[in-house]
Amino acid sequence: MNHALILPILLPMFAGSLLLLGARLSLSSKRCLSLGATLLLLPLSFYLLWLADQGVLQVYAAGNWQAPFGIVLLLDRLSALMLVLTAVLGCFALLYAVRGDDGRGPSFHALFQFQLMGINGAFLTGDLFNLFVFFEILLIASYSLLLHGGGAERVRAGLHYVLLNLLGSALFLLAVGVLYGITGTLNMADMASQAAAAGPDQAPLLHAAGLLLLLVFGLKAACVPLYFWLPRAYAAATAPVAALFAIMTKVGLYSIVRVYTLIFGDAAGSLAHMANDWLWPLALLTLVLGVIGALAASSLQGLLAYLLVVSVGTLLAGIAIGTEQALAAALYYLIHSTWIGGGLFLLADLIARQRGDKQAELVQGPALQNPHLLGALFFLGAIAVAGLPPLSGFIGKLLLLRALEPGLQALLLWPLVLGGGLLTLLALSRAGSTLFWRVGLSQLDSTELDRGRLLACMGLLLLSPLLTGLAAPILSYVQATAGQLHDLQPYLQTIRPGAAP
Amino acid sequence: MEALFAATLGILTASGVYLLLRARTFAVVMGLTLISYAVNLFLFAMGRLQSGAVTVIGQGGAYADPLPQALVLTAIVIGFAMTAFVVVLALRSLGETQTDHVDGREPEQ
Repeated sequence: MNHALILPILLPMFAGSLLLLGARLSLSSKRCLSLGATLLLLPLSFYLLWLADQGVLQVYAAGNWQAPFGIVLLLDRLSALMLVLTAVLGCFALLYAVRGDDGRGPSFHALFQFQLMGINGAFLTGDLFNLFVFFEILLIASYSLLLHGGGAERVRAGLHYVLLNLLGSALFLLAVGVLYGITGTLNMADMASQAAAAGPDQAPLLHAAGLLLLLVFGLKAACVPLYFWLPRAYAAATAPVAALFAIMTKVGLYSIVRVYTLIFGDAAGSLAHMANDWLWPLALLTLVLGVIGALAASSLQGLLAYLLVVSVGTLLAGIAIGTEQALAAALYYLIHSTWIGGGLFLLADLIARQRGDKQAELVQGPALQNPHLLGALFFLGAIAVAGLPPLSGFIGKLLLLRALEPGLQALLLWPLVLGGGLLTLLALSRAGSTLFWRVGLSQLDSTELDRGRLLACMGLLLLSPLLTGLAAPILSYVQATAGQLHDLQPYLQTIRPGAAP
Repeated sequence: MEALFAATLGILTASGVYLLLRARTFAVVMGLTLISYAVNLFLFAMGRLQSGAVTVIGQGGAYADPLPQALVLTAIVIGFAMTAFVVVLALRSLGETQTDHVDGREPEQ
């Protein structure tokens, strides 16, 4: 049993607890502690990535209680990939925050650590009820982080976010209850083998519980018709929080992949792939409505929030197709959209800081102090997010489109993805020309461009060329991931007595 | 017993949904609380309803399933924390926006 598996949960937990105990510490020592713990996550998650890439499922039985009686953590290629995504995004978001945004409310760093703990836990757990618990941990931290900085707009957006997610949690518990009542287990791998053996009188109940789970994860992932909370919440959040939240919708997507490839996957008989029929139309609708929202957005942050919805639609389409190639393409696109989405939120804040009280509203405003530098970064981010060559968004979309055989699905997806890309580009160029060209002559000289903030923002955006340069190894990894997810035997073997090391 | 239990859950949930749709923060919080009661009872019932079963294995034939009780306990603790948080948030919202509507502004007539 490798104890490194539980460290991505323990490390932020202890750092967060220390930060709570030392609430009277000076801000700079809190920053050191928080930054140190987050930076430590980087080598740890890369080590776990290497470990997972050996191709063997790593199981950590808490307290050495063997599955299915104890609670297990499960590390496969998918969870390791998500851990790396979180660690990198968290580091850059925190680097941005320590340049001043963390002082705008108490306990920012402790909440940030607990947020990381919840996200890492959700990616690592192999137990459905523990997934619920980690969801709640990351949610309650995100509620407070969303309100960080205060103000009426944040409270308004926060109230919707909190109430909707509370209802979502209640539905999650109902689904878990039904699944436990029928299969008699909470371990996801064990549940998979029980679901496969379900009789005709139990299958409809399992079906209902599975679709209830889809509703809950759809709410987290922000797919149609459950995305209305997202644009307001993300546009209202402080920049580093909004950047970190780029991973939050991906937690929902991760759970969809996990539950519908494992519990209701290839082996589940009549229940296999029950979500795909629902996911496909929802994904396309999400894509369309996200693009319309992006065209109508009145501020840069609002535009970026809708672009996140567009990326969710694209990813869901990849998941709904159900083949290994499509899943691999979706995973590559997921890496790209998380990092670039986060980076663009940071950039929007840098731009807003130089526009005085106009903020990032898409109206005529004062001239920027660093139009060339910020403009170049915006250009880079826009190309990446709209999916133009040569950056990573293009590769992701190309892979996704090539994963489809010619047929009805291709006939629907190709025009939507390509047209959506075109309209995204239109919305972004409209926003860019307003922000950088339709400006007054006067500058506001009160604001200096902060080097630390710029570094964090550039770091995230420059990951896009890096993703392009390293496309070959990343692609082979995501293809291996998709292959591993579709080969259920190793997962089912983790619950046989004595099989776990 | 099953019919009575099911009817209780149904009434709790229906009342909760009705209160949620009132769209005023106090009613919404009450509604969420009622729904979480219903959910907790439902989880409890997933260990099957039986009376007189022993709690310790080996002391009799039929024993009560301990796992749903542990799940309910966890769910109650989490639900309690969430309710406390949402009450504070509702008060903050009332202070910041001068209205108790969940949208943060009064609906137009």
